[in-house]
Amino acid sequence: MIRTQEYNLNFGPQHPSTHGVFRILLTLDGERVVKAEPICGYLHRGVEKLAEARTYTQFIPYTDRLDYLAAMLQNWGYVMAVEKLMGVEVPEKAEYMRVISGELSRLASHLIAIGTYSLDIGAFTGFLLAFRERETTMDLLEELTGSRMTLSYARIGGVAADAPDGWLEKVDKFMDKMPTCIDEYDGLITGNEIFQARTREVGVLKPETAINYSISGPSLRGSGVDYDLRKAKPYGVYDRFDFDVPLGKNGDCFDRFDCRMKEMRQLVRIIKQAIQQIKEIDGPVIGKVPKVIKPPVGDAYAEIETSKGIIGYYVVSDGSPKPYRVHVRRPSFINLGYLDEMLRGYLVADVVAILGSLDIMLGEVDC
Amino acid sequence: MFENLFVGIANGLRSLLGGLPLEINEAIVMLVKLVAILVFILVNALWLVYMERKVAAFVQARIGPNRVGPKGLLQTTADIGKLICKEIIIHKDTDKLVFMLAPMLVFVPTLMVFAVIPFGKNMAAIDMNIGLLYLLAIGSLSTLIFWMAGWASNNKYSLLGGMRSVAQMVSYELPMVLAILGVIMITGSLKMSDIIAAQEHTWFIFSQPIAFLIFFIASVSECNRAPFDLIEAESELVNGFNTEYSGMAFAMFYLAEYANMLVSCAMVTILFLGGWYAPFGLDFIPSWLWFFIKMYVMMFIIMQLRWTYPRIRVDQLMGFGWKVLVPLSLANIFVTGIGMYIYRAIGW
Repeated sequence: MIRTQEYNLNFGPQHPSTHGVFRILLTLDGERVVKAEPICGYLHRGVEKLAEARTYTQFIPYTDRLDYLAAMLQNWGYVMAVEKLMGVEVPEKAEYMRVISGELSRLASHLIAIGTYSLDIGAFTGFLLAFRERETTMDLLEELTGSRMTLSYARIGGVAADAPDGWLEKVDKFMDKMPTCIDEYDGLITGNEIFQARTREVGVLKPETAINYSISGPSLRGSGVDYDLRKAKPYGVYDRFDFDVPLGKNGDCFDRFDCRMKEMRQLVRIIKQAIQQIKEIDGPVIGKVPKVIKPPVGDAYAEIETSKGIIGYYVVSDGSPKPYRVHVRRPSFINLGYLDEMLRGYLVADVVAILGSLDIMLGEVDC
Repeated sequence: MFENLFVGIANGLRSLLGGLPLEINEAIVMLVKLVAILVFILVNALWLVYMERKVAAFVQARIGPNRVGPKGLLQTTADIGKLICKEIIIHKDTDKLVFMLAPMLVFVPTLMVFAVIPFGKNMAAIDMNIGLLYLLAIGSLSTLIFWMAGWASNNKYSLLGGMRSVAQMVSYELPMVLAILGVIMITGSLKMSDIIAAQEHTWFIFSQPIAFLIFFIASVSECNRAPFDLIEAESELVNGFNTEYSGMAFAMFYLAEYANMLVSCAMVTILFLGGWYAPFGLDFIPSWLWFFIKMYVMMFIIMQLRWTYPRIRVDQLMGFGWKVLVPLSLANIFVTGIGMYIYRAIGW
């Protein structure tokens, strides 16, 4: 009688497709996955604990390192929690600058997501094409903040600085160009027959399961659940923009990928509207904040929609200049919760496809 | 003017060695031919690595290698130099003999195959009467070497790569041979020179377009090139069968991939693109140059495929091979047979 033997395969932490130092202990039967055990913690730096020994302002650069591909969104979530705690009013102009830089960050993150996903599926060119536009995005962010990835642009009560002269026009011009670039990715990656064969009906995530596992971001919307914090609970000035929330139908890898692709088109719309509206606003970019930030005793929780999902910051203050406790709800980590069941029964090649479609960021997973 | 360049050199060598007994004379000439082929393959492999990087750069809106030598031409040479200096790591659980034998043997099938390939008019080292059969038989040996490398590495990624290599070879060798059958039915010969001679007026790409497509797809798969590069599959299997290889042992596999591509493109040229025949009566370009041009056009297409398409999944690969290519190639034989019968019956 033919008998097959199951064996274990250590997928990572040193592996080209785990997007960092993630490890999955796969139990395989031939090429088919019987069991998958995700193991994380290889990039753990104890960010939450570090916060307890830093002042409120000093913690901002640490949030950059959570999701270094969309640093502005991380900064924003944290400062929002502290602002809520202190009851600080953020000037309108600062809110707009947060939207513009935040959406640019989201663009950079989504470009990496689709680029590396194409690399995971085996097409190298999509990766480099996405990097071409990401380079421009990085240049723009560098001009604004002085840093390419770890922006630390948000401040408690506003943002670090106003946009330099002519910067908004440059962003506007880039946004004019962006849709044609997205068409190009669609032509090269999304429309490809092999790509669709590889991603459709793979790693299906049902809407109920997605909600039960608290999955958020494009991975949730790929399953057809219409929940985007920017629309559902608008924070900042998001209620002033006209944009759609792209949704998937089947909840497979392709839908999650396609959601990111369509989200890029939407964020182009948001940025263009924001640039139009910010031109009519004059004023400071930072509100009235005391020199030493000492929030009153209490706690606050703020959440925003990042490129990976809903990031939440829970800040507890004991009245001293340092936070008593900071906890971060990391979307990448929570989105991984369903990974085991999602991988079962698929092939080794699909493991890469499914993991890539969740678009995890190891800095955030391990915190 | 250069039409008889290489044939002339061979004849000159023969007459130079005229004083010697005939057997020794022939043996020396054959040796020179084989050394020439060896040099040809290695130089081509080096050049192809460079060409691949330039084509990739062209597709991806980059510049590509441009630092070492004029236009970066010496880049591969520099890379090989670096790889020679590197240590070949053999970890303790490998089957050492087989592990080291695999990179040594990897060029052997390719070299053997080149002995029968006619590079121009009267320019095959040996024009065997079973040339095509020999080529197919020897060509499929390379799978054995990938399997050796995958098995001896004692690494699960390598093992998966090796397994895939065998499965892929079994499923794609079949449509490949069946596709060639259409051509053989028309020519009635397995001899390379006969096959080319039959294409003097019409290339087989026009009379056997389906066979051409099947053969081309199968041969891309045989050289393990994207979208069929499953045995290496960087994003899944790290590097597949050669994950554990380093230094020159790795470089041998790397160069062999290009040498295999060369064989595949040469075969496509011989079987379907009229070999060394000049199209449109452009006879002033020597026949061997025509062969070369056709070969490199195919090479460019294969490279462009690699940099455009994602990788197919292993079950889809098998499905495509058995459910699409094999029935299609059988149908092609059937249609070719009927066509030939009608052709003879009408007696054009």
